[in-house]
Parts: sequence; C-alpha cells; structure tokens
Amino acid sequence: MNRRLFVQALTIPCWAAGAADPDARFTIEARFYDKLPYKKIKCKLCPRECVIDDRERGYCGVRENRGGTYYSLVYSRVCAAHVDPIEKKPLFHFLPGSEAFSVATAGCNVNCKMCQNWDISQSRPEQVDSTFLPPKDVAALAHRNQCPSIAYTYSEPVVFCEYVLDCAEAGRAAGVKSVVISGGYIQEEPLKQLCRRVDAIKIDLKAFSEKFYKEVVNGEIKPVLNALTTIRKMGAWNEIVYLVIPTLNDSDEEFRGLARWIRAELGVDVPLHFSRFHPEYLLKNLPPTPLPTLERAKAICEAEGLHYVYIGNVPGHPAESTWCPKCRRAVVERAGFTVNAIHLDGGKCRFCQQAIPGIWKG
Amino acid sequence: MRTCPHYGITRRGLLRTGLAAAVAANAAPEKSKVVIARDPALRPAGGSPDSARVLKLLDRAMQSFYGADSPLDAWKKVVRPGEVVGLKVNCLSGKGAATNPVLVEAICERLQQAGISPKDIVIWDRLNSDLESAGFRVATRNDRIRTIGNDTAGYDMDLAVYGSAGSLLSKTLTHTCDAVINLPVLKDHGIVGVTLALKNLFGAIHNPNKYHTNAGDPFVADVNMFDPIRKKVRLTICDGLTAQYEGGPSFMPQWSWPYNGLLVARDPVALDYTGWQILERKRAEKGMKPLRELHREPLYIATAADAGHRLGTNDPQRIDVREV
Repeated sequence: MNRRLFVQALTIPCWAAGAADPDARFTIEARFYDKLPYKKIKCKLCPRECVIDDRERGYCGVRENRGGTYYSLVYSRVCAAHVDPIEKKPLFHFLPGSEAFSVATAGCNVNCKMCQNWDISQSRPEQVDSTFLPPKDVAALAHRNQCPSIAYTYSEPVVFCEYVLDCAEAGRAAGVKSVVISGGYIQEEPLKQLCRRVDAIKIDLKAFSEKFYKEVVNGEIKPVLNALTTIRKMGAWNEIVYLVIPTLNDSDEEFRGLARWIRAELGVDVPLHFSRFHPEYLLKNLPPTPLPTLERAKAICEAEGLHYVYIGNVPGHPAESTWCPKCRRAVVERAGFTVNAIHLDGGKCRFCQQAIPGIWKG
Repeated sequence: MRTCPHYGITRRGLLRTGLAAAVAANAAPEKSKVVIARDPALRPAGGSPDSARVLKLLDRAMQSFYGADSPLDAWKKVVRPGEVVGLKVNCLSGKGAATNPVLVEAICERLQQAGISPKDIVIWDRLNSDLESAGFRVATRNDRIRTIGNDTAGYDMDLAVYGSAGSLLSKTLTHTCDAVINLPVLKDHGIVGVTLALKNLFGAIHNPNKYHTNAGDPFVADVNMFDPIRKKVRLTICDGLTAQYEGGPSFMPQWSWPYNGLLVARDPVALDYTGWQILERKRAEKGMKPLRELHREPLYIATAADAGHRLGTNDPQRIDVREV
C-alpha cells in the first residue's frame, strides 16, 4: 500500500459517517465577518469583502450566509490529502528533503486563468468528493506518516482559514509544523492569526502588475504585496513563487520591478522561485515558458541583489539547488523534488560558514 | 441583353431586386418582441395569485407573443412532442422571490396539452433545497414530471469556456433537456443590478459565485454564450406576479409589489432591458436612486448585445414592447 492509499484508508468518507445531515459536520460559524442589516453579512477574510445576502455564498463558494450568520462549509472537509515532498510546494529553505502531509478543501477566493487545480479550487464543497478529517486527525496522520509538517495547499487555504488555524494548533501540540501555500489574497487580521500559528507561508505572487491581477487573476496586487510585508513583520518564514507566463508577465521591466520591491520591502534573502508555466484551464492558448525566459528572470533578479533565486518546474536545472551567496557552492543539491545532498551545519554553509536563512531543523 | 430563361427578367433586374430587398431589410430590421401581460385582478382574495387567472394570463401572453389563435397553437410553436423540456426556475431566495409554482403548474398543463409527456418535463434549478424552499417538491422518478436540483443531477465534466467565463454545466441542461424555457423572476439584485433572463442561467453552472464581480459584466453575457444555453433556451417567461425593486435577490417584502404580470420574449437581452426599465421606474416612483448611482447598473445587458455576443438587442428602438 502506498502512502496515498494509506491516507485514504484512514480517512472516513463523509457519506459513511452516518450523520443525518452529512454537511452539518463540516459547517462552523466563520470567524471573520460583520453582521449587517437585513440579514446581510460582510466577509472580512479577504480583500473582496463580499457583502452577502441570506442564503448566498461569497466569491470563494465555501462560505454561506444562513439567516444572517456566516458559516464556513469546509471545516474538516478535505477533498485532497497526500504526502508530498516539501520541495513540491515549493519551499526550499524549510526542512529540505522532508515530506509534508498536504491537505486541501474546495474553494478559492480568486479565479486564475492558469489554475492547475481548478477542478477543486473553482468548485463548491458539495461538488467534489470529500472526506471528514478533523484537525486532531490531521496532526495524527502527519505524525504517523513521519511528516514534520502539515501543508495547506492545492486550492487556497485562505478560504479554509478556520480549519488551518485549528490544524496548526493541533499539529503544534503534536510536534508537527505547518506551512501555508497561498495566493496571499487575505486581510491583515486573519493573516496575522495565521502567522502566529504556522511556521512558513509560501506566497504565489502571480505577477508584478495590476493589469495582470485584474485580467488574469480577478483580484488586485496591492493586498498581496501588503500580505508579504505583514508576513515579514510577523516573522513567519516566507518564500515567493512567480509563475512566468509567456507574454503576460515576462518582461524585463516586470522582473526588475519585482526584484527591487522585494529588496526594498522584504530583503535580499527571501527565496524567489520562477516557475515554468504549462497550459491549463483557461490559458490553453499559450505555450509553456521557454527556459531562456526563466533564466533571464533569474539573472535580472540576481543582478538586483537577490540572493536566492530559483527556477522551478524544470527538473535537473542547476537553479533548483541552493547556492551559497558567498562562496557560490551548492549547499542544498536538488534534482526535481529530490534532495541529493545538504551541506549545511547549523544553518551555515559547510564550506564558508555563511549563514543561510531558513528553517533547517524540525 | 440576356434574360433569365425561367422568369423573364434581366440579370440587371435581378440584381436590382436583390439589392432593393437587402436595403429594405437593413432599413427595417426585425424588432425583438417583448410581450407584457398583466391582470390587475390576479389576486381576487388579495393574497396569492389565483391559479385560474394565472393560467389565463399565461394564455394571453403566449397567444399574443406568437400571434396564435389559441394557447395550444402558441405552445406548439415552442415545443414538439417527444422533446424533453426543462423549466429553469429561480428558487435561491425561497418563497416570495422565487418562480411561483402556480405559474410553473400552468406551464406544465399547457406543455402536456401541446403533446409533451409528463415524464419529459423537468423543473430544475441549482439545489434541491432551493427548489423545496420555493414550494416545489423534489421528484426524480422518470415516469412523471421531474423536479431536480443540479446537486442531484450533477455537472458535465467538460469545461465550457467563453470570454472570461469557464464553467461546468448542469447535466440537466446538457444531457437531459432538448429545450429549456427560462423562468426568472422580475427582481432587483444587490450586486449585478437586476436578475432576469440572462442572470437566471447562472443556475446552470457550477461556479456562479465567481461571476458577480464588476456587477456581473461581462460574465453574465459570457455564460449565456455557452453553446447548450444558446441553443437550448427557446423562450423566457419572466415571472412578474410579484416583483421586487430593491434588496434582491433575497425576498424583502417591504420592497416587493404585486406587479401581476408576465414578460414573454425569445430575445433574453430585450427582455432584460425591458424588465430593468420596469424596476427602475418603480424605484423612481418610490424615491430611490437609479442603479447607476449605486454602481450596480446591469451593464452586462449591453455587453450581451455587443458584437462579441449578439445575444439580442438592448436598443429600445429595436424592441417591440406589447402590453396586453
């Protein structure tokens, strides 16, 4: 039995749970909203601030107004659970070579035209098969599968924020860390709560232009940049992924602007991953990102002074490895999602003693 | 000069005739017809609409729209025996702001008289619970009129894509029905302005929550471009028995009024434009701001009429509104 089957066997199908209302066990009152007149509510979880009528749902599709009270419909409602290498997230400066017990629910608060998991992220919870997996079980499964971390990933953890917070607390009690893989489209207060409970947050910065966010993401860039600076201030470990899409977000100016913003607001040690795009969902008309484009992005950002710039989705590329910015030797050697060697002692380069930022021990 | 051997006219004459016909067609394009039928005595007891009067109102609207001598003749222009006919109701808001079951019952009666077997009539919307809250009883047996939510029927797994919209479509629409009669409610919508013919088809997709930004523009128009929607929706009968000019889509009795009418059209854009104007007039009468000032003018109606969509016309000069 492989790990995935093992995990599936341990989880309980919701239809078998025996509850009179099979949805009731997934439903809890949401934590971030205001009540308005006429049984309306205003969601305060993400920058959209959806104002929602009775019986309606927010943009995310997983939070519903019922008689003037707002509910999350995805608490413990897991539609994907796998054991993944942490490099797949990708988090390269966080327990390299370890595995993360990875969970997701349905729903997302943006609608990226290139989404590779649109079948769950753009669905409502009742439209996808799910299992009931309460926080203590998530922590126990992570522990049992020898995963030092739980990853909230695949769709958008912001929309199942209450579940993330409780899983992270259960994980912490069991000695398991938590990492959030997110688009960072979130308001400050829930983000601060996340930062206090989890250990690392990877943000998908979809582009460095308002136009792209408006036309391709159906969101705004400013809240995401604000989220990155908040994470920085709160001290949670942070890495950034930038999916490079031919013709849409691949200009020199955009890469340079991104690098300068990171240097000024977050510092040069924040890992930045340029990932290769593959045609998906509503962007099937564009080709995969040419490798030279990714290498150009990396060169521009390094020229601007960033220390850790990676190339992703190109297995075997030297830029998958972590290179010491001082002695230029590989301190974490990677090939695809596999870590072949780690040359770090106490978070320092074994060759020159340069401190390499990150969380290296569980 | 050579003449056409069969009709005795010259080539030049033929061209002239053709050009004249083309010019005439351009000069007077066919208007989109919207019939508004009303009955001030629809509620003899002052409460709910009387079912017999609703049936008569429906008959009057249908006969007028199709220029038919009888209701049956009108319905025979909509459907053919052997076809499976879907009735896309609007139930999200429950009783009061949903398609009235009395109207649906009247339509079912006429459909059956037009030769549609009960087993070939499907009343549908997004969720079973929505249908029930509007007063319909969920019924999935294949030997009688079915009433079924998309949550039971499921969604097609092929992604439908047009413009900014990408959605999975209800299997009731894609697999079960040959024809759909769209049955929206004449009402306000707090985000997209109004919810009428075009917006009601959000009930056919799996992700309507994604398409309310920017007051639904261009999403409402884009969704209506999906092939099964464009090809299967044959007629819209907008339920204006009780209408609502503010606070929608939830039922707000303080902003509802007995309009006692039905709007019938094949052109969903013309119907939406006409319905929108009715709601705006009521808002003005009540001293309320127009939707434009509230940043929820339904611009998607104009988008649905543009060159990229051509779903109908929103030009009042090209809409033939007939009040009967």
